[in-house]
Amino acid sequence: MSEGATTVAGLARALHARELSSVELVRQTLERIAASQALNAFISVDPEGALAQAKAADAAIARGDAAPLTGIPIGHKDVLMTAGMRTTCGSRMLEHFVAPYDAHVVAKLRDSGTVLVGKTNMDEFAMGSSSETSYFGPVRNPWSAECVPGGSSGGSAAAVAAALLPATTGTDTGGSIRQPAALTGVCGLKPTYGICSRYGLVAFASSLDTPGAFARTAEDCGLLLNAMAGHDARDATSLPRPGEDYLRFLAKPASGRPLAGLRIGLPREYFAGGVEEEVTAAIEGALRELRALGATTVDVDLPMVRHAVPVYYVIAPAEASSNLSRFDGVRYGHRAAAYRDLDDMYCRTRAEAFGAEVKRRILVGTYVLSHGYYDAYYLKAQKVRRLIAQDFMRAFERCDVIAGPTAPTCAFAIGAKTDDPVQMYLNDIFTIAANLTGMPAMSIPCGFTSGRLPIGLQLQGNYFDEARILNVAHRYQQVTDWHLRMPS
Amino acid sequence: MSWEIVIGIETHAQLSTASKIFSGASTAFGAPPNTHASAVDIALPGVLPVLNRGAVERAIRFGLAVGGTINRRSVFARKNYFYPDLPKGYQISQYEIPVVQGGGVAIATEAGEKRVRLTRAHLEEDAGKSLHEGLPRELGDVSGIDLNRAGTPLLEIVSEPDMRSAAEAVAYAKALHALVTWIGICDGDMQEGNFRCDANVSVRRAGDPLGTRCEIKNLNSFRFLAQAIDYEARRQIELIDDGGCVVQQTRLFDPDRGETRAMRSKEDAQDYRYFPDPDLPPLAIDEAWIERIRRAMPELPDAFRTRLVEAHGITEYDAQQLAASRDLADYYEATVSAPVSVELGPAAGKLAANWILGEFSAARNRTDVSIRDVPVSAQQLAGLLRRIADRTVSGKLAKNVFDAMWAGEGDADAVIERRGLRQISEAGAIEALVERVLAENPSVVAEFRAGREKAFNALVGQVMKASKGKANPAEVNAILRDRLTRS
Repeated sequence: MSEGATTVAGLARALHARELSSVELVRQTLERIAASQALNAFISVDPEGALAQAKAADAAIARGDAAPLTGIPIGHKDVLMTAGMRTTCGSRMLEHFVAPYDAHVVAKLRDSGTVLVGKTNMDEFAMGSSSETSYFGPVRNPWSAECVPGGSSGGSAAAVAAALLPATTGTDTGGSIRQPAALTGVCGLKPTYGICSRYGLVAFASSLDTPGAFARTAEDCGLLLNAMAGHDARDATSLPRPGEDYLRFLAKPASGRPLAGLRIGLPREYFAGGVEEEVTAAIEGALRELRALGATTVDVDLPMVRHAVPVYYVIAPAEASSNLSRFDGVRYGHRAAAYRDLDDMYCRTRAEAFGAEVKRRILVGTYVLSHGYYDAYYLKAQKVRRLIAQDFMRAFERCDVIAGPTAPTCAFAIGAKTDDPVQMYLNDIFTIAANLTGMPAMSIPCGFTSGRLPIGLQLQGNYFDEARILNVAHRYQQVTDWHLRMPS
Repeated sequence: MSWEIVIGIETHAQLSTASKIFSGASTAFGAPPNTHASAVDIALPGVLPVLNRGAVERAIRFGLAVGGTINRRSVFARKNYFYPDLPKGYQISQYEIPVVQGGGVAIATEAGEKRVRLTRAHLEEDAGKSLHEGLPRELGDVSGIDLNRAGTPLLEIVSEPDMRSAAEAVAYAKALHALVTWIGICDGDMQEGNFRCDANVSVRRAGDPLGTRCEIKNLNSFRFLAQAIDYEARRQIELIDDGGCVVQQTRLFDPDRGETRAMRSKEDAQDYRYFPDPDLPPLAIDEAWIERIRRAMPELPDAFRTRLVEAHGITEYDAQQLAASRDLADYYEATVSAPVSVELGPAAGKLAANWILGEFSAARNRTDVSIRDVPVSAQQLAGLLRRIADRTVSGKLAKNVFDAMWAGEGDADAVIERRGLRQISEAGAIEALVERVLAENPSVVAEFRAGREKAFNALVGQVMKASKGKANPAEVNAILRDRLTRS
């Protein structure tokens, strides 16, 4: 398959030039999805709906009434509400839940002409780093069926990695876009908190949840972000900012040294061990490429970042314990078939319909918010969170982007970490900080292990620096082809 | 040693916004169940709250009216607990930093005016309602949930424990009720639950530290508030007198039996796990916003009362009564500022107060109409008062005129003419009546002449009767006495 046949930009060109119809494209997509069921990347697929949208897209193109993404097939993480198509959050709790409305980013992408093909599999309520906690079974990594694709947006990552779709949406609360992007060899972008509305994103940890995108190239991620970003009055944390073209730096003519003047910060803490050797080697290779493109590197210190994982595992469960209270069996979702009284109904409903990881986090969150523990855990965690953000703001006075590994390891075997939550949590050690600070970050492919498993480079930027990160990633992808490698 | 009752009151005032505090759904009362419940009110997965600035504005208005501090930054928190009518599993409220802190409300007590201090006032959302009765039979033995009320904006107003009797508590509740309706932030309808009080009651021997308190929930009438406090204080005193001690409890008042009953004790109090709501940025209120609201504030009841006493010479008591509601005050103001009243001069204010607090209020209570819907406009009432003042109609017959006006028979002048109620003041006409009565009642005249003063009143009555009540009583008195002493 050529690059053009797997990228949003290439397909959009072909569709607009009418070399390809959306109906043809969606048919091929549906065939590939059907042939790849073993990946378990999807929870729901809607062939009829997708073909009907594709037909409408072709008509729009024929009328000359096409938006940039008209006719492009897309999948949404099953945590984003889609009117009329069920949204399960990978949970038995919402196994049959059909929302009456679209999430804001879903509506924006619909308005941009994308064709919704299906909903992607994920860790239950986005809680996990391996996509193994889904009620609908684990997602498999297209590079190795024995391995996890990362998580929680594992289905979205796998769908792009296996070229089932040119782009998918994800959500990133502690690395849920970037870590699976790294583990499946695709690009994953988590924008600044507040750039994309959370309306219609089923909340896991409200102060951390961020909608974002998966695609094969940085340019495609920018195309998606251009469509998804924008103020939404229904989300009080959505930022009222003037619109911007996140691809604006990509148009500049390429010189031999397109990154001249760019200062890349290398946090000592990210290169201090605990990272697999092959991962470190790939990152160092990527840094050599970036220097060759004109960038300089500078060491920076993020002393508080070592607290990121414990801080995250106080704040995220605390918010989750409250956010998931609405799943009580009263108004929608699962309800136990038999119960003695109201309390029994609550207990049975939630015991039956939540998986182990969700229960674990509800328990942790309930504990840290309890009377007498709140100050020691939640309040302290919020204070450290601010200190971590200060570390990054100081670092960004000395550099323009921060680079390092996205995850300390490549994809691990299914089942390898399910019995050890702490080991699982540590896979997000490099991604969590960007959620705690709200800053943008992305993962791009930068190499493979000897076992042919992808490795991801994480690029982090200061607030609202998406366009800069995308440019760095794009320039790197102009001189490398890691992002174009496909699993067999 | 005597007992002292200590009372603090928490009031939930429903704010008079058209839409809910965090959603666009209507707050109108009485709609079929769940028809005023949006996706946000039902707490569908993925929905988010957006603060209604109208609710904040009303809270600011309250803060300014009670002289409290408007916090420039306040925080919405989640109060977590499970209940079927609480859709999110948490209530959005304000916990550590409320929108208003401090301030106070003046109340009239037997010992004179007293100021009840306020602790705070904070914004929060109401829950829905559980329905246990009146559900369609085919549903079987189930409870229903109506989320129309869920998300209705409330201002919870917390007083300091400054009240010392049920009477003071009621005076406070009434003053607060008058204030929130006066400044237009709450319609004050207690039957619909739009203004309800929780009373914290404890007792102690005079001079002792505060006793253990019990909270009586959801008192939705002033009478119940008084009854509940009296009962609860007596219960606590008897308990202590019998050697027991008060256990901190939440109690419910049963109006049918006139007693309070334990609902839950502090031991089984829930841990609400309050934490700042990450969906809502801290509420920032800038100086310009406060100033805009301050400039648009109506004259407050205290200032209104003082002005009435000074400008119209009415009593403090009458002024207090007129300040009981904004509508009543507006009606009074419209009456005394009508051109015919202005012509009357200083007497108009007192006359208007007497009539509005007398006949007018009585008629309104009798017919149960709100001031906005009364059949006698302020202009019309002023027209009647002018005829009383210029003696066209006697005070007694004016009541008949008023009743006719209330029944829709038109302006005072028209009624007086049509019914021939014009007062007879001409000396000639009255003298003729007097002569007739004297001629017809020689024995009464004889009694009077024998020194029985009572007989004089009987003669006055006869003359009035002969005039069908239209004779000017003062004139009748003068002419009759003149006639009897002259001869």
